[in-house]
Amino acid sequence: MATRHDTAAAPPVKEGGAAPARPPAEALPPQEAKRRARLSRRWQRDVRWSPYAFVSPFFLLFAAFGLFPLIYTAWASLHTVELTAPTDMEWAGLKNYVRIFDDEFYWNAAKNTLTIGIISTVPQLMMALGIAHILNYRLRASTFYRVAMLAPYATSIASASLLFVLLFGRDYGMINWALGSVGIDHIDWQNEKWPSQFAVSSIVIWRWTGYNALIYLAAMQAIPQDLYESAALDGASRWQQFIHVTLPSLRPTILFTVVVSTIGASQLFGEPLLFNANKGASGGAEHQFQTLGLYMYEQGWVNQHLGRASAIAWTMFLILIVIGIVNYVISRRLRASS
Amino acid sequence: MTTTLTKPPADAEPKPPKRSRGMKAARAGGHMHAGPVAYIILGVFTVVSLFPLVWTAIAASRDNQRLAQTPPPFWFGGGLFDKLELAWTDANLGEAFFNTTIVAGVSALTIVFLSTIAGFAFAKLRFRGRGALMLIVIGTMMVPPQLQVVPLYMMVAELDWTDQLQAVILPSLVSAFGVFFMRQYLLQALPDEIIEAARVDGASSWRVVWHVVFPTARPAMAVLGMLMFVQTWNDFLWPFLVLTQTGNPTVQVAVAGLGSGYTPDQSLIMAGALLGTLPLLIVFAIFGKQIVGGIMQGAVKG
Repeated sequence: MATRHDTAAAPPVKEGGAAPARPPAEALPPQEAKRRARLSRRWQRDVRWSPYAFVSPFFLLFAAFGLFPLIYTAWASLHTVELTAPTDMEWAGLKNYVRIFDDEFYWNAAKNTLTIGIISTVPQLMMALGIAHILNYRLRASTFYRVAMLAPYATSIASASLLFVLLFGRDYGMINWALGSVGIDHIDWQNEKWPSQFAVSSIVIWRWTGYNALIYLAAMQAIPQDLYESAALDGASRWQQFIHVTLPSLRPTILFTVVVSTIGASQLFGEPLLFNANKGASGGAEHQFQTLGLYMYEQGWVNQHLGRASAIAWTMFLILIVIGIVNYVISRRLRASS
Repeated sequence: MTTTLTKPPADAEPKPPKRSRGMKAARAGGHMHAGPVAYIILGVFTVVSLFPLVWTAIAASRDNQRLAQTPPPFWFGGGLFDKLELAWTDANLGEAFFNTTIVAGVSALTIVFLSTIAGFAFAKLRFRGRGALMLIVIGTMMVPPQLQVVPLYMMVAELDWTDQLQAVILPSLVSAFGVFFMRQYLLQALPDEIIEAARVDGASSWRVVWHVVFPTARPAMAVLGMLMFVQTWNDFLWPFLVLTQTGNPTVQVAVAGLGSGYTPDQSLIMAGALLGTLPLLIVFAIFGKQIVGGIMQGAVKG
């Protein structure tokens, strides 16, 4: 056995450790040689297989609770499945897809998801960028600001949404009171289309701006200082430095946050559900702020059509993939142009 | 790059060895001192971040009649603790706290443990398929939870797990972010030589994990544990689907239930919202600096 031979020879070279404890004898007794061979074979097996042992729990869990459900959702979307008997499936072909594409509320929800996504993501990331820029100055009590702006992130969707319902109350809400004190009439933040979408978006903006600011700040701190120094010597103002040094260096990070926020926005569920606490999952009396996530819940768990809910979920996934491809193309364009 | 300047002038001016604190304005980029405008903007932002939370407590301390008046209250009334107690007993929040602590604790600990060993394997061990498997891990971060809830719901129905905590715990254990986070940390924090030295001493892979990896990774494990605790504590969609308010709710399910009564008691809702968030706010107040550091550390490589 060749392997036994050279591995048995190996340990004495690096002697002094725990496993092969005995000093090397000139001629090993056969028992001892066998023991060493066994040890080193075990060692080899350990080196080869333990990496798989270390990653397998994650992949097993992922297979059971991630991959299997993902694929099974596609299967379920081709069936009629009722909430009351979720294990009885009846083949339906593409009927579920035809049904949702015929439903004006599906398209309404898709449009709302898009507009709420834009209203919540764009200002959020722009403000985060500005805040990060300021946090990057030399500041007194800088840790305090950073922790304070993470407080909304620690607040749950449920708590934040219920609170914002009250703040945006039409008659006694603080926001209308503040607007009233500068002469603006009461706005019906629940029932009018754009105000309600803005209000729902503001929950997202409030919770995530500080978190994104910290991510931008981390990236800003990684920008080499001499880039700024040479720009300053070049006569660039602070603003020009921000535009010509900071922004280009942050491009990968900005792209990353755009992707993450887009994914988050496409799944928006808790905020629009709770912003309309008493009226179920319709997203307002005229579905004015019903998102796709909420529409899926309404179809699956209120109207009890799990098959249809699966079909909606898959269309959401396809939309995400399209967004991902668009993002990828844009980022390649940007990289090519610079 | 848009900067046109070449090296020589920059070198011509010798850099001061250490920047003195008094120097102002001319400093570029990260070393500029903040002016008053910067402090004002930060102040406004801090108030916007914190005030809604404070006002939650204010609203919880007032009765409904006061909340239905203008201007809204800006200072505490006397009823805070009564309302908190009422929310604790009436809305099942006491039980919900217990449940959520178990759910968030078990999943945070499990995720940290599994992510550390997987992250170690991805960062420091060589094996066939490593690159491809890591790509899968990153890819799974993109899969939205909506794509999983229907089959998971069927599984739960089949196993008769509705209203049981394991229905929430098990799916929450999959954390690609955790694996990625620990890999990034161990890549730079754990020198190859230490592992090699342990190997030469005849240590098995498990001994390396116990005696080398875990001690090195402890700070990152703590941060990941806190982030995962927060995430699971605040998780909404899935617990909302499988747990009921009267069955075995988590805090978020119980708090959401407060808002859906026929005659919503606004101040009670605010008391519940406050209770549901308070533990995390306390954690953030104590460990804020570490959490900020952890988020920023994870971000650079993202």
